[in-house]
Amino acid sequence: MRNLIALPLLGLAVILQSAVVSQITLLSGYADLLLIMLAAWALQPQVDSAWHWAFLASILIAFVTRLPWPVVVAGYFAVVFLAQILQRRVWQAPLLAMFSVTFLGTLFMQLMSFGVLNLLGTPLRLSDVLSSIVLPSLLLNLLFAIPIYAFMRDLARWVYPGEEFE
Amino acid sequence: MKDLLSRSLQLTVIFLVVGGVLALALGGYFSSASSGFTGGLVSVQTWIATRGQALQDFLTAPRDIVTLRTRNAELESEVSQLQAQVIELQQRVNETEILAALVDFSRSNPQNTYKAASVIGRDPSPFLHYIIINRGSNDGIRRGMPVVTNQGLVGRVDATIADASRVQLLSDPASAVNVHLQNADTDAVLLGSVTGDISLDMISQDAHIDPGDLILTSGLGGGYPADLIVGQVVTTRKVDYELFQQATVQSAVDFSRLEIVLVITNFRPVDVSPLSPTPSP
Repeated sequence: MRNLIALPLLGLAVILQSAVVSQITLLSGYADLLLIMLAAWALQPQVDSAWHWAFLASILIAFVTRLPWPVVVAGYFAVVFLAQILQRRVWQAPLLAMFSVTFLGTLFMQLMSFGVLNLLGTPLRLSDVLSSIVLPSLLLNLLFAIPIYAFMRDLARWVYPGEEFE
Repeated sequence: MKDLLSRSLQLTVIFLVVGGVLALALGGYFSSASSGFTGGLVSVQTWIATRGQALQDFLTAPRDIVTLRTRNAELESEVSQLQAQVIELQQRVNETEILAALVDFSRSNPQNTYKAASVIGRDPSPFLHYIIINRGSNDGIRRGMPVVTNQGLVGRVDATIADASRVQLLSDPASAVNVHLQNADTDAVLLGSVTGDISLDMISQDAHIDPGDLILTSGLGGGYPADLIVGQVVTTRKVDYELFQQATVQSAVDFSRLEIVLVITNFRPVDVSPLSPTPSP
């Protein structure tokens, strides 16, 4: 039942993303709060609801963004998938796993956005996208990764009490 | 009787000696000895007075510190309240200035009807340049309505829900607006980009354009009303073997600092796509 915290938490994250985080730009890129939260949540060993969270986050973000919703869904589900694979393999170094998932997830999400928008007719140049959006966003996501991981770890302990996997 | 006489004589002698010493002292004959004596006395009194003051301070200081701390906390609280008030008032002054400018703009353009809206968010994707405003279909906002500020054109409404709308900015990479260069008297297309810069394309090679030329909407295509200010030409690029000239543009509006915008509610975009020629089979 405590998993229902996802609804207000992700809702708040979408509002923060739209109202605050998207104003903190580095060149033209900015952090993706929901992607980092999903990555951190899926990396917690006791969590079994990461797919549900990804689904909810996709619905909420697709409601706000002009980005085609399949891109958002595919991106967030890919992040959870990646996190779960890495969580099983590098479980002894959770921060390394967190950085890896954030890095690869951001790269996947941004390049997929680029590809789909180009297919839909938006003129985007790969060099501009890489230098102005992808690399700055990667850096910002990695900066946000540590505090968000700590927060999601504490949240996972609250949602799943007595299931310590340390 | 003899004893009494003897004691009186002794007393008299003592008084005479003391009186004589005093007289000599007052007369300045003992100055070196008296200064040494009074100096020692003053030093002792100073020492005692200093210690006494320190002791008094020690005994009374705690009460003063408590009083001062309480007063300090009160003053700090008051300062915080006043600072918050100053910030709030400053914000209101800013809003009032923006609104006053928007009112002036709407008065100087009475042919349009406007609905003011606050910018409450931006698109979560960095690839897209969209803003979210706090007015929607309940306020009469419809898709395609132009959005402006007193400085110039911002973009147009892309989607609406009951109480909010999403606005595509001119700087969006998918945005293309037909514009008119006033000085050169020629038409062009204004394009956005992923970096947020805007540029002009499809400028005729015959047109003579200069930096600083004013750019207005042309109204062609029916997407925007005519004669809305868009920006100014910054640099031009003309290559003989290309079909058109290009130019970089300084937008009239600072898209990163949008707070309040006006939606032109009496403009209905015209869909000209059915008139576009389709390739015959």
